[in-house]
Amino acid sequence: MKHMTEEELIAYREGVAEQRAVILDHLAACEECRGELERIEAVLAALDTLAVPEPGADYGRHVWKEIAPRLTEKPGRWWHVWMDPRRLAAASVIVALIVAAFVAGRITRPGKTVDNIASKEQVRERVLVVAVGEHLGHSERMLVELSNAEPRDPAQKQVNISAEQRRAEDLLQENRLYRQTALQEGDAGLAGVLDELERVLLDVAHSPEEVTPAQLEAIQKKIEGRGILFKVRVVNKELQQRQEATKPAPAQNDSTKREGNKV
Amino acid sequence: MNRMPPSVDSTQASAESDAIAVERTLAGDRDAYRVLVERHSHNVFRLAYRMTGNRHDAEEVVQEAFLRGYQKLGQFAARSNFGTWVYRIAANYAIDRMRQRQKEEARREAPRAEHWDGMENDPLNRVPDEAPTPERLTQSMELRRQMEQALAALSYAERTAFVMRHWEGCGIEEIAEVLKSSSNATKNTVFRAVQKLRRALQPFAETKAQARAMGTES
Repeated sequence: MKHMTEEELIAYREGVAEQRAVILDHLAACEECRGELERIEAVLAALDTLAVPEPGADYGRHVWKEIAPRLTEKPGRWWHVWMDPRRLAAASVIVALIVAAFVAGRITRPGKTVDNIASKEQVRERVLVVAVGEHLGHSERMLVELSNAEPRDPAQKQVNISAEQRRAEDLLQENRLYRQTALQEGDAGLAGVLDELERVLLDVAHSPEEVTPAQLEAIQKKIEGRGILFKVRVVNKELQQRQEATKPAPAQNDSTKREGNKV
Repeated sequence: MNRMPPSVDSTQASAESDAIAVERTLAGDRDAYRVLVERHSHNVFRLAYRMTGNRHDAEEVVQEAFLRGYQKLGQFAARSNFGTWVYRIAANYAIDRMRQRQKEEARREAPRAEHWDGMENDPLNRVPDEAPTPERLTQSMELRRQMEQALAALSYAERTAFVMRHWEGCGIEEIAEVLKSSSNATKNTVFRAVQKLRRALQPFAETKAQARAMGTES
């Protein structure tokens, strides 16, 4: 008897077999193929036990709350997405820095082509370094404040963290932009830390505006457990060093150059 | 397959009300889109979670799918089903996200391998070892870990094909469209995915099945 191939049995199990009736007839008569099918099913049954977390009954409302400010009045025009005030603010910071760095580069580096290429790359890196450094500083301050938050008196049943929550929402938008930029620039280390920071910001942004002291403690433990403050500080320090390293050397003025040529 | 087939009547009613919400959104009623978001968020989340394997990325995929859906709503053909359409957008974005994540991880792994000697001195690496202790390592936890690893080892196309076919019950044509592939190639991708999962999980699945048969499963 010619047995079914693994491919035929998998296709049968997944409902994509072409000759379903033929396979079914064969299975009825062949114990070996039935056993093989059972082994395939055991694996798939095990996989079916992998649960998907329940996002909550009001998840749809939460998604709407997140995306509504980013929707334009009428759908269909891609550039409207950039009209979201928070995206616009983050983008304008980046654009301003790029323009400033570009102008500075033009003024201070009128050298040869190779120099210009190197300088353009340095300028781009400096732009990212400066902007991300500032973003990390803001994030660090928010996380420190949240980590130090506590009820004003022990009897207080709710602690209001709405200010931190709103800041986390704003920082989240910026963070996504910087993470994507870091990735495009090939800076995987920075992108990795920004990714971790994003998860923490997401947690804070999704927290209720008022939390119980126990919930606050849980948030604080989460921040502490992930060591994100430490990582943010380490990366920020590293960025400052990079900023120093990529600072253009003081420009030689023409008279100095002429002096040098005389020797 | 976990996707419960809804009744024909409820599917039709939902599709009709989706079509009305799409029309109203296109006419400028932004709040009409809210109906669509609230109705389909859970399904899209489930797909996104299974494709990306973590909640953080899944939530990003859901939000991005609905944002892109809104931006492209003008291109949405009225005869289509909004749920299927936004599902496809989410699957495409999830593939991009997985690809991006893999690049990030590959870049992160490379310097680690090069500077292995310095690892012990790096404060960032002084995080608790994720390897479970023998006490914590129950059979089901180990199986779960193995399953997650096996899924993570699939290619994007294989994972997408498996998730959409096995768990979400999508048709081969629908999956082929997301993968930008032919029906036959998509069927092969489903096969390869199951075959790889089987190779990785068979010993664990059999142990679990035996334990269940003997009534010793925890």
